[in-house]
Amino acid sequence: MSNIKKAFENGKAFIPFITCGDPDLETTAKVVREAVKNGADLIELGIPFSDPTAEGPVIQGANIRALAGGVTTDKVFDLVVELRKDIKIPMVFMTYANVVFSYGAERFMKKCAETGVDGIILPDLPFEEKEEFAECARQYGIDMISLIAPTSENRIAMIAKEAEGFIYVVSSLGVTGTRTEITTNIGDIVSVIRENTDVPCAVGFGISNPEQAKKMAGLSDGAIVGSAIIKIIEKYGKDSPKYVGEYIKSMKDAIR
Amino acid sequence: MSKGRFGVHGGQYIPETLMNAIIELENAYNHYKYDPDFQRELTELLDNYAGRPSILYYAEKLTRELGGAKIYLKREDLNHTGSHKINNVLGQALLAKKMGKTRLIAETGAGQHGVATATAAALLDMECVVFMGEEDTKRQALNVYRMKLLGADVVPVKTGTATLKDAVSEAMREWTSRISDTHYCLGSVMGPHPFPTIVRDFQAVISLESRSQILEKEGRLPDAVIACVGGGSNAIGSFYHFIPDEKVRLIGCEAAGRGIDTFETAATVNTGKIGIFHGMKSYFCQDEYGQIAPVYSISAGLDYPGVGPEHANLHDIGRAEYVPITDDEAVNAFEYLSRTEGIIPAIESAHAVAYAMKLAPTMDKDKIIIVTVSGRGDKDCAAIARYRGENIYE
Repeated sequence: MSNIKKAFENGKAFIPFITCGDPDLETTAKVVREAVKNGADLIELGIPFSDPTAEGPVIQGANIRALAGGVTTDKVFDLVVELRKDIKIPMVFMTYANVVFSYGAERFMKKCAETGVDGIILPDLPFEEKEEFAECARQYGIDMISLIAPTSENRIAMIAKEAEGFIYVVSSLGVTGTRTEITTNIGDIVSVIRENTDVPCAVGFGISNPEQAKKMAGLSDGAIVGSAIIKIIEKYGKDSPKYVGEYIKSMKDAIR
Repeated sequence: MSKGRFGVHGGQYIPETLMNAIIELENAYNHYKYDPDFQRELTELLDNYAGRPSILYYAEKLTRELGGAKIYLKREDLNHTGSHKINNVLGQALLAKKMGKTRLIAETGAGQHGVATATAAALLDMECVVFMGEEDTKRQALNVYRMKLLGADVVPVKTGTATLKDAVSEAMREWTSRISDTHYCLGSVMGPHPFPTIVRDFQAVISLESRSQILEKEGRLPDAVIACVGGGSNAIGSFYHFIPDEKVRLIGCEAAGRGIDTFETAATVNTGKIGIFHGMKSYFCQDEYGQIAPVYSISAGLDYPGVGPEHANLHDIGRAEYVPITDDEAVNAFEYLSRTEGIIPAIESAHAVAYAMKLAPTMDKDKIIIVTVSGRGDKDCAAIARYRGENIYE
């Protein structure tokens, strides 16, 4: 059974996304530890990519800063090793297909298993293409996390039936970034998912404040927040861990 | 293996948000491809609006000066809007209209695809937004003005290297945020399936014509067909109907920029490796961790770190050759063709002319080369003048 399941055992899960190496890997490690201390149930670690086509300007900026600082896939794996000394909650990677492909899918998944990464999210790898990576992932016990979008409609059942770890429900059209309003009928999407799988689902894209998190987690099993956290890191840089911790506490408290 | 493969290349590596849109497009295309009314309307537009067929011109003076193979120029520069891009755009715009879409978005590098899309949108009463790297809006300011004149919104893209790849990324992002009324009119044989196939089919008119034109003029097939390759749409169009003719050499000319032994190059097949980006598996310029490289070429239209998946496969199976042409060689060819034949080629097309200048003298006089002049060079005059140290106002 996947380690990821544990993230959903303490009520609604709060899942922060953090781009590794923004502004540097030492700060990322501190941010992750603050996040865990303040109630994060699962950590999404972003491996930066030069051209993140599913991201809005905020996370694009984090990718650029991290790469400019010299972060590589190997350095991110080193970070995971360091974090795993004390971090017990599940951690998953969020990156792009080419980062895994260029590393070698098998080598990448093996390294995930060795270092303690539980799953992987690739936003540019839809259902039709996932087998190319899923085979190696299965071999090493890494969950390939599926995304379901507001436009998925007739595809929801198909995706849910093969889902592993958790399902990432994309709240809105477009790219990542904070939104004032989420208009998609999340409840309807989640009910189709529930008819097809027991795998938990968390909602992400556009969530920035406790009210939104509470609402989205209420409709699902958890809330994923990226851009709002990256904005704090962008603003406070090396001093950001404390502020991220405070923010995560307010979000986790809202969805408990 | 998923759909839309050329050997191992191609596929559909896109966000889930776009999957139903892509499937809808594929279904619509498969329907209209065989719909006689659609084909009639498209042929009508190509013939009476775009000015097809384009002529196959025997460049007698060029041939004589180079002293080798006979050189024919496939004059895509004479199409309405000044390049081959209109072939694909009319097809896609008509298809989008049939699908009930009212808005076209597009990426553009040199601005030729943007101008063609803005043109089709004006003609077919559709909204149009063109994404263009900010760097390219400076290099190709004239085309920015043309697009605006045609009623399109031009969005300068400031991310990354602010060139073609960033324009593609931004157009994809825009499409994920607005799908129901919007068609992404992709300009090259790249991106997720079905785009590489759709664009190739619409551009294949180039070789459909040139093959029968050369048979009519020479009574035989050419020995080589040469075209420039960025994403590769004019090249695949120029090659397609010659692919089964195994004796015809197919040669794609990549932008080497300052040279393939420098970092300032965009010669993907020559310097890249296999990867996954912009919806497809193909060759890309990238580092050892898969980070896409900041490529460079004097030509905004070839300044792209990838190549269409069908070209990647033609390379793998050895059916086509991909050769690098530097900025210097292309600029020389730009000036040389202007002087010898009175034809100012686009700087992109000048890469193909440059290779013909190398190849023709090595071939016997009874051999035949067809070079595709994919576009006209008016848009490049100011940039080439600057390259030669002369500051002129556009």
